Amino acid sequence: MRELLKTEHLSVSFFTKSGEVEAVRDVSLTVEEGEVLAIVGESGCGKSALCKSIMKLLPKTAKIKSGKILADGIDITDYTQRNMSRLRGALFSMIFQDPMTSLNPTMTIGKQIEEAVRIHNKKMPKKQVKKKVLELMQLVEIDEPEVRISQYPHEFSGGMRQRAVMAIALAGNPKILFADEPTTALDVTIQAQILDVFRRIQKKLGIATVFISHDLGVVAGVADRVAVMYAGKIVEIGTAEEIFYDPRHPYTWGLLQSLPILSRGKEWLPTLPGMPPTLIHPPKGDAFAERNAYAMRIDYEKEPPMFQVTDTHYAATWLLDERAPEVKAPIGERRYGK
Amino acid sequence: MENNSLLDVQHLSHMFHLKRKMTVKAIDDVSFQIKKGEIYGLVGESGSGKSTVARCIMNIYKPSEGEIFYKGIPICKNKEFRKNRKMLQMTRQMIFQDSASSLNPRMKIEDIVAEPLRIYSGKGRPGKKEIEKQLELVGLDRSYMEKYPCELSGGQRQRVAIARALSTKPELIVADEPIASLDVSIQAQMVNLFRKLQKEQGFSFLFIAHDLSMVEFLCDRTGVMYHGKLVEEGRTKDIFAHPEHEYTKALLAAVPIPDPRIERQKGEVL
Repeated sequence: MRELLKTEHLSVSFFTKSGEVEAVRDVSLTVEEGEVLAIVGESGCGKSALCKSIMKLLPKTAKIKSGKILADGIDITDYTQRNMSRLRGALFSMIFQDPMTSLNPTMTIGKQIEEAVRIHNKKMPKKQVKKKVLELMQLVEIDEPEVRISQYPHEFSGGMRQRAVMAIALAGNPKILFADEPTTALDVTIQAQILDVFRRIQKKLGIATVFISHDLGVVAGVADRVAVMYAGKIVEIGTAEEIFYDPRHPYTWGLLQSLPILSRGKEWLPTLPGMPPTLIHPPKGDAFAERNAYAMRIDYEKEPPMFQVTDTHYAATWLLDERAPEVKAPIGERRYGK
Repeated sequence: MENNSLLDVQHLSHMFHLKRKMTVKAIDDVSFQIKKGEIYGLVGESGSGKSTVARCIMNIYKPSEGEIFYKGIPICKNKEFRKNRKMLQMTRQMIFQDSASSLNPRMKIEDIVAEPLRIYSGKGRPGKKEIEKQLELVGLDRSYMEKYPCELSGGQRQRVAIARALSTKPELIVADEPIASLDVSIQAQMVNLFRKLQKEQGFSFLFIAHDLSMVEFLCDRTGVMYHGKLVEEGRTKDIFAHPEHEYTKALLAAVPIPDPRIERQKGEVL
C-alpha cells in the first residue's frame, strides 16, 4: 500500500502572550491508501492542531518548529498558502465538527456543493456539474436529492447537514480526508447513521482518512489504526485490535475504563484523576506521570521513548521497559449484555 | 404513592404557537413520578421534548394541559405558585448543558456560587468559608474563588454550576444534558460526582441525556421519550435488559461499543 501522508518528528508551537504553547510535540505518523487512522485524546491534547498544521490552516501565531510533512511523496512543509490552496480539496479535504458553522445559511445546499465541484473542474459544462452534484448527494445517502438540492441548510437536520458537508469535502476527489470530530455534535442515533455512511463511503472510495475523536467507542467501528494522543504527543499507536484488546499505555487504559459500558456493574466509574497539563511549560519527564497511578520515579525525570510491542504497535511508557515491574491492564472482562 | 413521590407529572402537554394557525405539540400527555432521593433519567433524541418537560417542571414554561405536583402543590396554578414561590425557588435547582452561557462571564466564581444564597437565605451574602465548602463539595479548591468562568475548562465550569445549584440545599435538581458537551473522560468524572453528591445530600435528580450509556450507570429509573411522548418507562435495569419499544431498541443499538470486532459486524449487518 502506498503511503499517502507522513509526518516526521513534527513539532508545532503557538506563540502567545503568555508564552510558547507546544501544541504538537515530535509526532511521527503515516497514513496509507484506503486506511483510517483515528487520533484519540482529550480536548486540548493537540489532535486538532496536528490536523490543521498538516492542512496549513493554523493562525499566524503558530509555527512549525521542526519536522517534515510529506503528502503523496511531496514535501509540503514549507509550502505557502498559495501552493496549499491548490492542494486543498484536491489532495486533502476536511470535515469539521459543527456542520452549521461550515455551511453558508444563505445558499442552497445544491449551490454549495456545486461551488466545490466547480472549483476543481473549471471547464465542466453546466449539465455535467448538476449531474455530479446529484451523484455526490447520492453517495452520502441524502434521500430525494432532486428535492433536497434546492433547500437551505436550516431545512436540513443535523445529520443531513453533516452529510452535505461530506459531499462538499468529496467534491474534488481528495486522496486524504481529515474528519475532525464529525459526529460529536450529533445525537447517538444520528451518530450511528453518520458513522455507517462514513464507513461505506470510505470503503467505496478508498480515501486515506484521519479521524479525530475523543470517544474510543466511536472509533472502534471506524478505525483501522488508532493513535492515542496526550499533551501533544502520540503515546500509543497500533492497529485497532491492538489498542482495544491489548492496550499498553496507562492513559489508554484510563480512556477505555471511563467508558461506562466497560465498567458495567461497578459502583463508581474509574476515572483519570486531574486535568491534562498546560502545554506552555510541559512538565519534565513523562507529561502523564502526574495522573498515572502506575508512575515510577523515572517517569518524573525522563521522558519515555517509544517502545515497540509488535511491528505495528508502539507505546511510550516506562512500564514497557524490561526493568519495570509487570503491570496487568486493569480493564475487566468485557460484558456488553445483549 | 402520594407520600413518597416528590414530583408528580400528570398528563402534561405543551404546545408552541409558531404562527397564527401553526402549532407544534412539543410534549403530549406525559406522566411520570420522581420519588424522594431517586435519580430519574429522561432520554430521547433532540426534538423529542425532554427539555420542554424540564422547563415545565421548573415553571419556565406554562404547560398547555396537565398538572405538575411538587410536594403535593400544583405548581402550574399561578395562585399556588405565588403562595409558595420562595420555597419552590429554593428547593428546585437547574443545571444546564452549556455552562459557558449559563454562568455570568463577568462574575467571579465566588460570587456565582454565593448568589442564590444571597438572594434566598435572607441573611445576606454567605461568608467565604461557606463558599469554600460548597466548592470543595464539587472538587474545586479555594484557588478557584477569584477566577472568572472563562478561565476554567468545560468540566470545571460545570462543577461550578453544580456548586451553585447545591448551595440552597435543594430537594430536586433538574439537569438538562449536563454532560453532553464534555469529553468522555470528563463525563465519567461528572457522573461519579453526581452519584457521590446524591448519596451525601439525598436530593432527587432528574437527569436528561441522549446518551444511554451514562444513564444506565447513573439512574435508578429511566423514561424514554420519542416525538413528545413517553414511550417507555421503568427501572433502568429492566429497560436495558428488555427494551419493549422499537425506539428504545434503536437507541440501545446506537451506543458505540469499544470493541472493533463487534462494531465491524454491526456495520455489515446494516
